[in-house]
Formats: sequence, C-alpha cells, structure tokens
Amino acid sequence: MSMLPQASSFAPDLDHLFDTLLLLCGLVTVGVFVVMIAFCVKYRHGSAAERTPARQHLGVELTWTLIPFVLFMGIFGWSVQLWIRLRTPPKDAQPVYVVAKQWMWKVQHPGGQREIDTLHVPVGQPIRLVMTSQDVIHSFYVPAFRVKQDVLPDRYTELWFTATQAGSFHLFCSEFCGTDHARMGGSVIAMAPADYARWLHAHASLSLAAQGEALFRQLGCSGCHDPQSGVHAPDLYDLYGHTVPLSDGSQVMADERYLQDSILLPKKQIAAGYAPIMPSFEGRIGAEDVLALVAYLKTRTRAAEDSHEHR
Amino acid sequence: MNARLHPVPEQFDDPVQQREAATLGMWAFLATEILFFGVLFAGYTLCRVRFPDAFAEGSRHTDMLLGTIETAVLLTSSCAVALSVREVQLGGRRLASALLAATAALGVTFLVMHGFEYVAEYREGLIPAIHYTQQGVYARGMEIFYCLYYFITGFHSIHVMVGVALMAVMAWRTWRRAYDADYHTPLELTALYWHLVDIVWIFVYPLVYLVGRAG
Amino acid sequence: MSTVERAPAPRSYLEEGYGLRSWLTTHDHKRIAILYGVGITFFFFLGGLAAALIRWELVTPAGDLMSAETYNKAFTFHGVVMVWFFLIPSIPATLGNFLLPLMIGARDVAFPRLNLFSWYLYVVGGLFTLLCLLLGGVDTGWTFYTPFSTMFSNSNVMLVVVGVFVVGFSSIFTGLNFIVTVHTMRAPGMTWMRLPLFVWAMYAVALVMMLATPVLAMTLALIGLERLFGVGIFDPALGGDPVLFQHFFWFYSHPAVYIMILPAMGVVSELITHGARRRIFGYKFMVWAIIGIAVVGFLVWGHHMFVAGQSMYASIVFSILSFIIAVPSAIKVFNWTATLYKGDISFDAPMLYALGFVGLFMLGGLTGLFLAATALDVNLTDTYFVVAHFHYIMVGGAVMAYLGGIHYWWPKITGRLYSEAWARFAAILMFFGFNLTFFPQYILGYEGMPRRYHEYLPQFQVWNVLSSAGATILGAAYLLPLFYLAWSLRHGARAGPNPWDATGLEWTVPSPPPLRNFDEAPEVTEGPYAYRR
Repeated sequence: MSMLPQASSFAPDLDHLFDTLLLLCGLVTVGVFVVMIAFCVKYRHGSAAERTPARQHLGVELTWTLIPFVLFMGIFGWSVQLWIRLRTPPKDAQPVYVVAKQWMWKVQHPGGQREIDTLHVPVGQPIRLVMTSQDVIHSFYVPAFRVKQDVLPDRYTELWFTATQAGSFHLFCSEFCGTDHARMGGSVIAMAPADYARWLHAHASLSLAAQGEALFRQLGCSGCHDPQSGVHAPDLYDLYGHTVPLSDGSQVMADERYLQDSILLPKKQIAAGYAPIMPSFEGRIGAEDVLALVAYLKTRTRAAEDSHEHR
Repeated sequence: MNARLHPVPEQFDDPVQQREAATLGMWAFLATEILFFGVLFAGYTLCRVRFPDAFAEGSRHTDMLLGTIETAVLLTSSCAVALSVREVQLGGRRLASALLAATAALGVTFLVMHGFEYVAEYREGLIPAIHYTQQGVYARGMEIFYCLYYFITGFHSIHVMVGVALMAVMAWRTWRRAYDADYHTPLELTALYWHLVDIVWIFVYPLVYLVGRAG
Repeated sequence: MSTVERAPAPRSYLEEGYGLRSWLTTHDHKRIAILYGVGITFFFFLGGLAAALIRWELVTPAGDLMSAETYNKAFTFHGVVMVWFFLIPSIPATLGNFLLPLMIGARDVAFPRLNLFSWYLYVVGGLFTLLCLLLGGVDTGWTFYTPFSTMFSNSNVMLVVVGVFVVGFSSIFTGLNFIVTVHTMRAPGMTWMRLPLFVWAMYAVALVMMLATPVLAMTLALIGLERLFGVGIFDPALGGDPVLFQHFFWFYSHPAVYIMILPAMGVVSELITHGARRRIFGYKFMVWAIIGIAVVGFLVWGHHMFVAGQSMYASIVFSILSFIIAVPSAIKVFNWTATLYKGDISFDAPMLYALGFVGLFMLGGLTGLFLAATALDVNLTDTYFVVAHFHYIMVGGAVMAYLGGIHYWWPKITGRLYSEAWARFAAILMFFGFNLTFFPQYILGYEGMPRRYHEYLPQFQVWNVLSSAGATILGAAYLLPLFYLAWSLRHGARAGPNPWDATGLEWTVPSPPPLRNFDEAPEVTEGPYAYRR
C-alpha cells in the first residue's frame, strides 16, 4: 500500500491491521455515499418517487448500533494483541541507551560506542532502547519500523524492535520540542550481523559499563559503597533486577529507574537498614554519566568481581 | 408576596420560574467549583503518592492547633448562616441579620488566623519561591507540598473573601427588609455558596493538617 | 411569496437601538449572539491567516519563507486562536445564543447579564491573545506541553495562558446559562422529547463546557505558577511530573473536541430535516447518541497519550472506550442518511453544507478508529495523519456545520435573503478545497511526516504542494460568504418569517424577531420536524 519500507518485525503485522481497517472503512464510506447519493437522486424535489410515510424501525436502529459495535470490538481485540507485543520486549533484547536533548539524539551502545543522530543496529536482533531526555519531551520515531515512543526528562521510557531489512531509515523527533524540532532527526542504520560486528569493532571504545566503573571511582562512589569502606552503605553487588527492602517497609524492584533515582534523588527511597546520608548527584553529573553508572551497576555482581580478582 | 418590591425580570414568566432558574444556576456553579478544587486535589493526591514521606513531613510543619480552630470557626459560621435562612423563612429579621453578620465576622476571623499561619510559615522559611529555606532529606518533596498548600488554601481563601463580602451585603439587605418568608432566594443561594466553601475546607483540613500526624 | 400581508410589524431587535452603546450594553440574547459573531469572524480570519502562512511555508521542503521560530509561532497561534477563540464559541455562542431561547419558546436566556458578561470575558481573553501576538507571539503549540512551556520556551507564554484562562470562564458561564435556560425556560408543552436536536446538542455541550473547562483553568493557573515562580508540580526538575500535565490538559481538551462537534451535529440535524422535509430518523437514538457522546467523552482523554509514557494497561482501557464512543457517532451518520429516505429533497445552500458535513465527518470519524487502535496509533500519532483527522472533524465537520447554520438562519437573524447561487457555489468550492487540502495530509502522515515540522524531507513535497493548493481554494471559498452575505444585508430580498417553510418555533416569529421574541408564550403540541409526517 505504501512507499514506506516494512523494515521491522512489527511492520507487516501492523500494516495488515491497517489495511484491513482501511478496507473496512472504505467499504463503509462507499456504502454510505452510494446510499446518500441514491436517496438524493431518487427523492429529489419534484421526482415522482413514492413517498408514503416510512415507519421508524427499532430493528434498523439496533442493527446499525450493534454491527459497528461488534466490528469495533473485533478491531480493538486485534489491535490490543499487537499492542501488548509492541510493549513487551523479549528477554534477549539488547539494550541501547538513548539520550535526547534539544535538538539531537545521543546514542550509547553497551560496548561504549557512541553516536549522534544515528543508530546502528544489527538485522534480526531484538533491540531495546532505553531512553531519557535532558530537557523537554521528545519522541523517538522511526516510520519504517512503525515504532514511536515519547522520551521524557527524568524518567526512562523503552522502545523495542527487531530490524528485518538492512538499510538506512529515517529517524524523527515527533513531539514538538522547540525551535529546531524539525531538524532533530537522523537515521537508523540496520546492518547484517557481520557488518554490524565490524562496525562495533571499528568504533570500539571502553564499554559503557567500564566507563561507569571508572566514574564509580572518580566520583567517589566507591569510597562508601565498596565492601572495605568504613562507611555503612550498601555494597551494591547483585542489585539490578532484585527487590530491595526500603526503610518505610515497602519493597522496590531495582530497575533502571530505581538506580537512576538512587543516584540523583538518593533521599527518595532509602534502603532498609541504612542512614539517608548519600548526597544527591543531581546537577553534578550529566545524563550520559548516569547511564554509564547504571550500566556499570547492572554488571556489578559478586561473581564478576571474583573473576576479576582471580584474573 | 409583593410583586412591586421584587419585580420579576422580563425573561421569566413568574417568580417560581425565576426562583427555579436561580437555584439551578447556583447548583450548576457549585458543580464547576467542585471541579476547580477537584483538579487541585487530584494533583495533591498524585504528588503525595510520589513523595509520601515528604508530604507527611510537610504536614507536620503546619500549625494543627490553628487549623483545627479555623475548622471549628468555619463550621460554626455555616451553622449560623443556616439558622439565619431558617429565621427569615419563619418571618424573622433582626436575629437573621445578626446571624449573617456573625457569619461574616467568623469568615474574617478565619482569614486572619490563616494570615497568622502564613506569617509564621514565612518566618520558618516554608514559602516556596519567596522564602524557602528547608534543607535535608525532604526539602524537595516538601516544596511541592507547600506549593500545593498555598495554591489550595489561597484559592480557598479567595472564596472565603468573596463569601464574607456576600454575607455582609446579605446582612445589610436582610436588615433593610429586602427578604421575607416569601422571597429570599438570594439569601438562600448565598448560604449554599457558603456551605460549599465550608465543605471544601472539610477536605483541605485533613489533607493539609492531619496527613503527617496519623500513626 | 406573499408580500401582501402587512401586519403592523413589531419593532425587530435590530431596531431597538442603533448606537454602539445600545450594542455594548445589550442584554438581548440575539444581539449578544451577533457580538460574538463579529469576534468569532475576526478570529477565524486571523487564525486562517496563520494557516495560510503555514501552508505557504510548506510548499517547499526547505524552511525558506520564514525562520523556524516564526513558523512555530504561526502554528501555535493558529491552534490557540482556532480552538479557543473560534471553534469552541463558534456555534454555541452565536447560533446557540440566538436560537436556543427562540427554539424553546423563551423570551431570553435565564441570565441575560451573565450572558453579556461572558462576551466581555471573551473579548478580554482575545485582547490578551492579540497582545501576546503583538509582543512577539508564543511557540509552545496550543497544547502547552510541560516542561517546554514552563521552563524552556522564551516566548510570551504567560499572556496567552491568561487569555485562554479568561476565555475559559466565558465558556463556563455560557454553559451554565444554557443549562439553566433549557431546564427552566421551556414553553408550555415543550417536553424534553420534543426539543429540537439542536437544543439537545446545546444542552449536552453546555454540560461539557461547564464540567471540563474548570480543569483547564486550574491547569493553566498551575502552569503560570510554575513559569512565574519556578515552583510547581509539572516540571521534573522540580520533582514534578510532565505526564500529569498531559492528563489534566487532555481531560479538558478531549471533551473540548466534543464541545466543537456536538453543536455541529445539532445544526446538521436541523438542516437535513429541513432539506429532506422529513422528520429526523430515530429521534430518540439521536438524543441518546448526543448524551452518550457527551458522557463517554469525559473518559477517553488518555487516547492522546498512548506513546507518552502512560502505562500499557491504561492505554488499553482508553482504547476500548474510544472505540465505544465511535458507536454513537456512527448511529448519527446512519440516521442522517436514513432521514433522506422518502424525503422531498431540495439542494439549497444549507443542505449542501449539511450533506458535505456528513461526508467529511464520516471520513474524520472513521480515521479516528485508526488512532483509537493503540497499535496503529503508535505509528500515526504526532504525524500529519492526526492533523488530517482532526481537521476533518473540526473544519470539515464543525466549520461546515457552522456556515451551513449561518446560511440557514441568516434570514431569521438579518431578515434578508442572500444570493442562493453564490452560496451554493461557495459550499461546493469549500467541499473540494477542503478535501484537496486535508486528504493529502492523511497520506503524508501514513508515510511518516511528523506534525509541527518547519522543514521536511523532499519525498513529502508532492502531497504538501497539493495540500497548499487546496488551502488556497479553501481560503478563497471562506472569503466568498463574507462578500455575498454582507451584500445581502443591504440588497437582499426581505425574508418574511419563514422563508424555508420550515418547522420550529424560531420560524413562527417575524424575521428579524422582536426584542422579546414571542408576544405570548407559544403552546407546543408535537415533536420537532413535523414536516409532512
């Protein structure tokens, strides 16, 4: 139907739904127009058509109430099932971090590769974008993939897709974000896995987690959070993905949002058994540094630490 | 009923229709008022979910004693205005007028007490954007609490001020025999308005003063 | 037409006074309607000028006509003016004010002074908005999304926020007035189920105005607080939540869409019955559809936020409710069509507008289904698909109905007949101009062109050029009525009380009606649209 490439695993299914709905609406439109025009011609003023008073049928009303209702519910069910898929990234999806700011997209790969206004992804591998904004609300939109997600300040939103076709596809910001909103675009470049591996290698730098680890020492986090430290602070091993009991008796899942909040708003949720003594890093470090720290904390497991030491 | 004293405006057929229209108009207006405050309460609720402890802490900084007295003052005033309407319905005048004046006076008392609260809070550095000196764990969440606190109580106080002015006018007009057992729609509607102002406060009081003190 | 009958005509409301003062201090609902009409027409063309600038800029992919800053201000101004100063007051404040008392057999609305006060609020709000324009405009989009509007925009956000805040009260008071009028001022025998559908529509819209607008007012006040004092509940940097703003904003602004379209539905029901000379098909269903739309309209705001960071489950709930609200809209389209059956149809200008409305509203409504479907909305939202969708509803729908209504009741309002040939020509030109302008935008949106773009990719140019060409035709078509209607004021033939031979209490009084409408309260004995059964 469209000139738009179907470049993600969602695209064919979404287009299928779109085309069906288009067909349905087309039929309704043509039907109503044909009936309207037929009536207008047949019953035009001065025509000899028979005009005995028509009775009003409850049955007719109910028919054209219930049939659309059933059709709408059908479309709804179909759409919801796709929607849930769009919103549920698979476990093996590879995370890539995106920071939006007026008016550019900054991308960080877990391996430390950074790019601006482009995003390289391998074909066939589910990619999960973890996105945040440094200023206003933006929206990450790749029409060829049929995906879009607003990017909010001070909060993580997620978007996932699997590219199915190699090539370069347009990336737009689709939430109005100020003067150069229309220029805040770029491209997503989907590559065959081998090419992607080569690209990663060519742009290799310190991995994001490694950068985070360096920051962890530079910023003095390790001063309190290392097991050897004299300060009573959690050692942060095996934190990510586990539940943390809080001092107010509740529990929280240590996800990316929690890790970020703990760095920027340490007073918001206090881990049970610890004094609220951590200073806030808000305004002292940028969103990218936070991402690196979070990436590091996600890999900070006791097992990794041990193997590190034995090496 | 004296038609010369209370002429029915031209758009109405008779006094009954006029009264119905005025009453329905007031109720409709009160419905919009509930939505005005509703937004603020909704905002309050959502922010409190985000910062439960800071809201509790902020609440502990409010003056519960004054808040409680203010609540009593408003409730008493609502009672006074209700009695006054009944008095007029029964044909009374002097007592009714005095009760209305008392209502206005209680309203002023409420405003003055609130003024004292604001001054104390200024000294304590609790007024966001103007004089906010809180530090520590809850400073940020408390700032939002106080922001909403001033917005809600300020908006409510404006309503009290309008109410006080209306009460004064009503007291004067009742004294001047403008209302009698047959015709007292304006008085009745003003009373309705005052009850709304009172009811809103019944919601504000626990949200602001009691939140941090439970348990 | 019988011109012989010359009963000593009572003085019409237009002859009650001629000076400016007699207008600015009037309490007459008919004069207030005309005051609104003047303001609305002014803002319509002002907003239209902004639209012309936008379409002109978009002829070429490069942003060459104006700077990005200016472009952003142009579409913001277009949105703010068209939504709050044209569409929302359009039908209710002009046709509604003029006709509501006439249609229910009342001498005026319940609170005439409040009615005039509402108009002054409208003017004051409008002046703030104009002042904002003169001082350089505002660039936040009509949606004022935080934190852009509170912390990042350097334009005159406060002025326009105050303007919209003030005009909101105008809308609240108009709503309140209508509710009370319909409840308490109906003529003897005018039962609820005998009300013309236009009155039902006004009643429903008044409810929505009254109950939704306070939310907008408070939200704007909170924005002002945040912008002025740097404290608030929306900005994440202050610990606030920008998505909360969107919830509040759409809690008003989605019902606001129904404030724009419900009156249009009311007008069209009057026009179609008159054109087909038949009772409306399924009167009760039409009434319940109006009420259903007004009520469910309050529960679907979240469908604007499927990709805004709202939870997946909330989106599912909003999606199903949005599909449900499409049902009464479908009922209305089918009933209008069925009303034509066995009719005696003549195609005068109001009927052409009404038929155009049904077609365009249907296209706008059906494309709404795509946006209600969460999975499809992901791709389509914030693109030109949405722009096309709501312009089909608001311009194709509401404006067509507004103009249709103006033509239909013009003889009643002014006592004069306009040139039927010009009016038909304008209506047809508008229909084609409109489709040429906005249909290409559906395609643009589906191809992935985001909205509010000052520059775009070259591949989108063909459709943009078509759209701009259409906009030129549409603009010309909108200018036409200005001339022939003005011409009719002086040179049009006298209308007589009922030039259309239509039913309805408004046609039983002289044109233009006298100050108090009815000499004595009319007695109503049957339902509306009693055309030839």
